[in-house]
Amino acid sequence: MFGWEFPPHNSGGLGTACYGLTRALSSAKVHVTFVLPKKLDGIAHGFLRIVFANIRNVKMRSVQTLLHPYINAELYDEYLRTMPENKLYGLSLFDEVRRYGLQAKTIAMEEPHDVIHAHEWLSFRAGIEAKRVSGKPLIVHVHATEFDRSAGNPNQYVYEEERKGMHAADCVIAVSQHTKNIIVEHYGVASEKVIVVHNGIDLDQHRAHHLPALAHIRTQGKKIVLFVGRITIQKGPDYFIKVAQRVLEYNPDALFIISGSGDMEYQIIRMAANMGIGDKVVFAGFVRGEELNQLYRAADMFVMPSVSEPFGLTALEALANGTPILVSKQSGVSEVLTHALKSDFWDIDDMADKILSVIESKGLHDTLGELGSRDVEHLTWESAAGKCTTIYKELIR
Amino acid sequence: MPSICFYFQVHQPYRIKKYRIFDVGHDHEYFNDKSDTDINNEKILHKVAKKCYLPTNALLLELLNKHPEFKISFSFSGVLLDQLEEFSPETLTSFQKLVKTGRVEILDETYYHSLAFLYSKDEFVRQVELHRAKVKKLFGVTPTVFRHTELVYNNELAKMVEGMGYKAILAEGWDNILGWRSPNFVYQSPSTTTIKTLLKNYRLSDDIAFRFSSQSWSGWPLTSEKFAQWVNSVNGNGQVVNLFMDYETFGEHQWEHTGIFDFMRALPGELLKHPDNDFITPSEEAARYPVVGEFDAHDFVSWADVERDLSAWRSNAMQHEALHNIFSLETEVLASGDKKLIEDWRKLQTSDHFYYMCTKYFADGDVHKYFNPYDTPYEAFIAYNNVLHDLKWRLAEVAKNKPSTKKPSVPKALKTKVSLKKAVPKKPATKKVPKKKSPSKSKTD
Repeated sequence: MFGWEFPPHNSGGLGTACYGLTRALSSAKVHVTFVLPKKLDGIAHGFLRIVFANIRNVKMRSVQTLLHPYINAELYDEYLRTMPENKLYGLSLFDEVRRYGLQAKTIAMEEPHDVIHAHEWLSFRAGIEAKRVSGKPLIVHVHATEFDRSAGNPNQYVYEEERKGMHAADCVIAVSQHTKNIIVEHYGVASEKVIVVHNGIDLDQHRAHHLPALAHIRTQGKKIVLFVGRITIQKGPDYFIKVAQRVLEYNPDALFIISGSGDMEYQIIRMAANMGIGDKVVFAGFVRGEELNQLYRAADMFVMPSVSEPFGLTALEALANGTPILVSKQSGVSEVLTHALKSDFWDIDDMADKILSVIESKGLHDTLGELGSRDVEHLTWESAAGKCTTIYKELIR
Repeated sequence: MPSICFYFQVHQPYRIKKYRIFDVGHDHEYFNDKSDTDINNEKILHKVAKKCYLPTNALLLELLNKHPEFKISFSFSGVLLDQLEEFSPETLTSFQKLVKTGRVEILDETYYHSLAFLYSKDEFVRQVELHRAKVKKLFGVTPTVFRHTELVYNNELAKMVEGMGYKAILAEGWDNILGWRSPNFVYQSPSTTTIKTLLKNYRLSDDIAFRFSSQSWSGWPLTSEKFAQWVNSVNGNGQVVNLFMDYETFGEHQWEHTGIFDFMRALPGELLKHPDNDFITPSEEAARYPVVGEFDAHDFVSWADVERDLSAWRSNAMQHEALHNIFSLETEVLASGDKKLIEDWRKLQTSDHFYYMCTKYFADGDVHKYFNPYDTPYEAFIAYNNVLHDLKWRLAEVAKNKPSTKKPSVPKALKTKVSLKKAVPKKPATKKVPKKKSPSKSKTD
């Protein structure tokens, strides 16, 4: 299996997904060798053999690279300018991808395997190279497409990498029907080759005793509306601010918290200030683990106004913590959830109406929270791993 | 022996349009959706009239003419009658034609198809009176049998309705209460002395209403011969067979192509082939058959869902909150003297609104989903809750426009003096109470 990030070194849902899936696969007696492009500390997991691409014949390998899943070409240039010379591994993001591919060849020769499973476009080339060496079936797992990340203005190179990977693969896994539709429509992949495997959630992590954060704010009667995600065009933070303004016209006690970081951060801060709601929008920065669970619990409501969301694990995390959610209809999670509010991301009035209803009605809040937290129980990684196993068996046969 | 009693419930609610918080204070028309969706009340009424009411009325008239022994009964909600008058007078005329045959009985219920009994006995009585007056006006008859919203029933209700002068009340013949006993006899609540309880034979009723077109059911396809045989087999171990169902069964729940009309067309003839069978109306049933045992309903029983309880309208926190909120406005709304406001408040009591908020089985896509014009129970609640905000806004406006000296004293005085005291003497004052009450009614109107 080729990936690029893994907890605790993840910057988004992708690492969480790879962790959940591989753990469930190993419980199902599937032996997974997980390849990462760069050496990371503290990443040893009992259930998984992890290989780092740049050190051969050694169990733990490391490679110094700038590859990370949510990088785009402009950001990469920025990194190149600011990173110390000796830490640079390649010349550009695309060289990194190429290099990962070359290393994959060697790894494919050394590591015994029956199928190759590559996560996300950065590892597609590695998957293709591995397949060229071993001749084993290739599955590419699409957690997001360039159309999602760029909100409809794809980078041509990234698009090409994705497209090549999908066409070279024997099977494409999409994390939702929403994503499958994009793959079929924009990448010209035959519908029958694309199989939807919805992500799951590891409930134990979220069902522990997490005390809600921000007790001082809550006791003041403030109602907390939470956004968790990268502050980038795909996630719709600008719509979140517009909705906040509309809600505040009707309920000045609402407080909007944005947790995450990203390329639109300053723009969003300015936007809130210009609208005169700067004091009602709080930026919590990137938060993870226990702290994030406390934040979910502190919130009266979680809102995910993504413009295009392949899945949306944070929505499940909020529900697992018993927090009612409003998600955009342009999201994968909206397909699998019943007890969630859904709106079009652009429909500010509809979203504001729903948020106001939840923060002002205990009955609605409690029903959504209670039934929603039960709703996520059937969304397990075991179920996702089961579907993957079926795909493996089909391909090996 | 069995006397067959057909009773059809005819009801359509005033569904609330998509109403947002931003509409509060601007838009006071809650029920006037004109879209192509299923919350457009006029559209739905026309659809149901065309698929069910008009063809079924024609069929029943044909059967009444053909079989002098045939009899049926109806209960119309007041809100359905209002919508017929407004949107489809020809349907109302065809119902009136049926009643004129003299073999079609009409039952009473709450005008607004409400659950007021659970929250305000006074309001319950007022709505029954309004219904009685409406039936008298449109059909020229005064019902003597009562059926409560969705067949919600308990001992307390039976006692109350007895006090209002009714001779019989309908209920679900539910196994949890009957135990080994058969619903095919007349029963009585232990809390009453004169009123009789007529029990729905839910197996035979639901064979028609729910299972008729179900191909996975062992009884499918259901023919009138087969059904008549099942009814005949009651001979010797029952006196009545009460077939109670929604009128929309014909043509709307069971579509025409399922053969439901042909089934019904042939059924009276088939049933009459057995010399011991006959047809009766609920009031005749109460008059003719003696009470054989107690039907002791401490808890509420209804005809909804497999649970046969109140959970279809009152199980989640949203439903509890919405019901609590609407009824907590009673004193203030009635004191406003604003006729339109009072009527809107009552239309918002219709049980369907709370049914739409039900989350039971919501994920399974069962009947709750089929009968829900909203995408989700949450959308139903949000629209309802926003409308309540507007209702409160209107109440505040009324209070503002009243002379300022009155403002603080009026609601409190009403709460203690009028509504509570009114309620107390009414209940023991037995049979003629409904007529005595008309002065109080005109006040609230």
